[in-house]
Amino acid sequence: MAQQEVEVILARHLAEHLALPVFIIDPQGNLIFFNEPAEAVLGLRFGDTGLMPASEWSTMFEPMDQAGKPIAPEELPLVIAMTQGHPEHKAFWIRGSDFKTRQIELTAFPLLGQSGRISGAVSIFWEVTK
Amino acid sequence: VKVTLWGTRGSLAAPGADTVRYGGNTSCVSVEGPEGTLLVLDAGTGIRNLGRNLPEDLNRVDILLTHLHMDHLQGLPFFAPIRNPDIETHVWGPASTMLSLKSRLQRYVSPPLFPVSVRDLAPRLFFHELSLEMFEIGEFDIAAQLVIHPNPTVGYRIIHHGKAVTYLPDHEPMLGARKFPRSPQWTSGYDLAAKADLLIHDTQYSPDEYQDRVGFGHSNMVQAFEFAALADVNRFVPFHHDPTHSDDQLDQMILDAMREVAPGFGVTPGQEGTKINLAD
Repeated sequence: MAQQEVEVILARHLAEHLALPVFIIDPQGNLIFFNEPAEAVLGLRFGDTGLMPASEWSTMFEPMDQAGKPIAPEELPLVIAMTQGHPEHKAFWIRGSDFKTRQIELTAFPLLGQSGRISGAVSIFWEVTK
Repeated sequence: VKVTLWGTRGSLAAPGADTVRYGGNTSCVSVEGPEGTLLVLDAGTGIRNLGRNLPEDLNRVDILLTHLHMDHLQGLPFFAPIRNPDIETHVWGPASTMLSLKSRLQRYVSPPLFPVSVRDLAPRLFFHELSLEMFEIGEFDIAAQLVIHPNPTVGYRIIHHGKAVTYLPDHEPMLGARKFPRSPQWTSGYDLAAKADLLIHDTQYSPDEYQDRVGFGHSNMVQAFEFAALADVNRFVPFHHDPTHSDDQLDQMILDAMREVAPGFGVTPGQEGTKINLAD
C-alpha cells in the first residue's frame, strides 16, 4: 500500500496520543485508522479490521437519529468534511459490534493542507453520558 | 548523473578548524545530468561556491528549495548566476495557501533583513510553486512530497533513466510515532526514498541529543540509518550536521550508528566537496 500523505501520518500520530476517540479517512472515504479510545466505543480493534471502505464503516455502526431512523452515509459529518471541505458537527446514535446503542457527538474536519490539497478527514467524537 | 555536496551543515554555518572535513556551509547540493541540466537542491551558504564553479555556457539553473528556513536560503543572494542576465534562474518551492513563494522569499531578501530586494538583485528570476505532482526539468523527472518538518517542507526524488537520488535534508519521520520505524505506509518520506540509489538525509542529532529536541524537525543519526534501511536504499549520505558537531564527533556518530544498525547499504559521510557519480 502506498505511503499516506504527511498530514494523514501526523493526524494518526496525534490520535495515538489522545484520550478522545478519533477516526481518520482517506480521500476515497476509506477508514484508514481509529485509535484505542475509539476501539472502546466501537467495540472493534483497528488491528482486526484494518482499512474499511466507506460502504462498510458508514453502515456497520448503524448510525441513526433520535427517532431511530438510519442516517445516510452522505449525511455523516466525516463524509461531509471530506466531500465538501468544511468542518461539520452532529449528535446521533450508533450501535457497536457489542450491540450496545450509544449516543455520540462527533466533530469532523478536513485535512486541508498548505498546498490546498485535502488528504483526508478526521473526526473526534465522544459518548454522551447522562 | 553527478551529485556534489556544496554545503552539508544544518541550522547555522559553522566554519572552523574542527569542521574542515565535513565543512561549515549550510545545505546545498547540485545534481548535474549528462546532457547538462543543472539542479540545485537548496540555497544554503554552500551555493556561493557552486556559483563560482559553473560551466561558462550555462543558460539556465533550477533551484529546488525544500522549505524556507534560513539555513536553506541564506546563500541565494550570493549565487552569482542570479545577477547574470544571460542566465535564467528558476526557483521551486512548497506552496502555501497564505502567501506566494516569491512573497515569502522576499520577506528575507528585502530590507531591513537584507539591503537589496529580489527584484533589484536578479533580472531573470522565476518562481514556481510545487504542485506535489511529478514534473520534469530538462532530462530529470522529479517528485516532491511534503514531509514532517515544521512549516511546509518537501523532499525530492530526482530520477534519471531509472536512477533515483532522494534529498530529505530536514526530516523527523519519527515525530509522535509510538514506534519507529513503522510500516512504510505510515512513514513520512518513504515513497520518496524507497529503493533510491542515493539517499541524502537529515542526521542532525545524536540519539542522546534528540531526547531534548523532539519536534525540532530533525532526525537522530541512528533513526536516519533505520529509515534508510526501511527504504532499502543503495547508498546513504548522513547530512545536515548540527553546527556544534566537530569532524571527530561526526566520525564517531556515524561509526556508532553503523555498529547499531549494521546497514546493508553503502555509507558516504556527508562532507562538503564530496562528489558522487551515479552511472545509468
